[in-house]
Amino acid sequence: MLTIDEIVKGVLAGDRRSIARAITIAENNTPEAQKLIAAIYPHTGKAHIIGLTGPGGSGKSTLIEKMVREYRRKGKTVGVVAVDPSSPFTGGAFLGDRIRMQELSTDEGVFIRSMATRNYAGGIAKATKDAVKILDAAGKDIILVETVGAGQSEVEIIKVAQSIVVIHAPGLGDDIQAIKAGLMEIADIFVVNKADRENADKAAMDIQAMLQLNNKETAWKPPILKTIALTGEGVSQLIEKLEEHKNFLEKEEERRKSLLRAEAELVEAIKEKIVNVVINELKKEEKFEDLLHKILDKKIDPASAAEKLLHGKLKKATRNA
Amino acid sequence: MQSKKKIRVLIAKPGLDSHDRGAKVVARALRDAGMEVIYTGLRQTPEQIVETALQEDVDVIGLSILSGAHKALFPRIMELLSQKGLTDVMVFAGGIIPEEDIAELKKLGIKEIFGPGTPTETIIKYVQENVQKRA
Repeated sequence: MLTIDEIVKGVLAGDRRSIARAITIAENNTPEAQKLIAAIYPHTGKAHIIGLTGPGGSGKSTLIEKMVREYRRKGKTVGVVAVDPSSPFTGGAFLGDRIRMQELSTDEGVFIRSMATRNYAGGIAKATKDAVKILDAAGKDIILVETVGAGQSEVEIIKVAQSIVVIHAPGLGDDIQAIKAGLMEIADIFVVNKADRENADKAAMDIQAMLQLNNKETAWKPPILKTIALTGEGVSQLIEKLEEHKNFLEKEEERRKSLLRAEAELVEAIKEKIVNVVINELKKEEKFEDLLHKILDKKIDPASAAEKLLHGKLKKATRNA
Repeated sequence: MQSKKKIRVLIAKPGLDSHDRGAKVVARALRDAGMEVIYTGLRQTPEQIVETALQEDVDVIGLSILSGAHKALFPRIMELLSQKGLTDVMVFAGGIIPEEDIAELKKLGIKEIFGPGTPTETIIKYVQENVQKRA
């Protein structure tokens, strides 16, 4: 069994077994997880982190496979984190994104990890950003994060990735409906995949029309690209655009976006700590157990029970603040 | 801090089988029992299977084979697992495997072989009871 120090050393040396173990530790959120991430954190920040999101069936996994090949041709090493949903009922998950990528699994320059959401909302898993950090610290040049098949509000990926590719395909139903509001706003690059299908041009035009409605002046204009992931057509252009976007970020926006990401991460960490403290405090009260029984017996609803437990406490806290 | 350990299972089909109904049924049953199941599709080489097990840090590998090539493929898989230091991963197998081959395969380190018609509950229970709990 490897110790945390050995795993950290292994990750920094790019050892695959250590990378795999480190991601498991982050996923299981064991007490060592925080220590591990703290130790590798100074070694992160070198990789280009790319998020790929879009509705199920748009071809994310297939496109990623072709992107990895293209990056490998350019001599880059690549990490992939592919997220699939967990069942909210059993907690189990079927992780099938690798099916499209298995030929890459024996390439030493590629590391692929499947990850279940474990019921974290927003299209990724709670440990996705840690997995990205681990792959970054392990020296991967490019990290591709595939979200669960996402439609509208699964925008957590923006806290993890520097460049967001929103993938759509014609014929998935009500064309533009599938990528409205949320996803439209986070896209740095749009891809209309399966471009050999009927209505591909229309899908691209719909996106164009939506973008024109958005009359905010932005320095980066999200391009709309067409790909056929199955044959690899359009993939090298996508990689080119991603490199362009990376240069753009480095020049202008990187600092600002990174600050936002750092803030989001810090707030997240604070929230988790506060919630734990409060819950542990409340659990100590006799009322807590009592209220549990009352909820079970339908004598009180959970929201009112929460109010009873918190009554007075929040007021006091605000006064002291 | 909430800490949740999940059993991670790789269901793999080595060699040149052309259908994977059984593997998918087992994958689904294990998923419904609360495990995280990684499925890699058909026609995997021993190298791909072992490398996947390593990257995915699985606790268990389930091998499904119908082609009759188990005596060639399984020893190679077990050898690669031990080369990569994945000796704490529990391996079971299923599919069409003649009775007379079972003892030999178990000698390689394959913990259990489940033939056609095995109830999925039997496999779930076996995995839950025999997986080596790690950090």
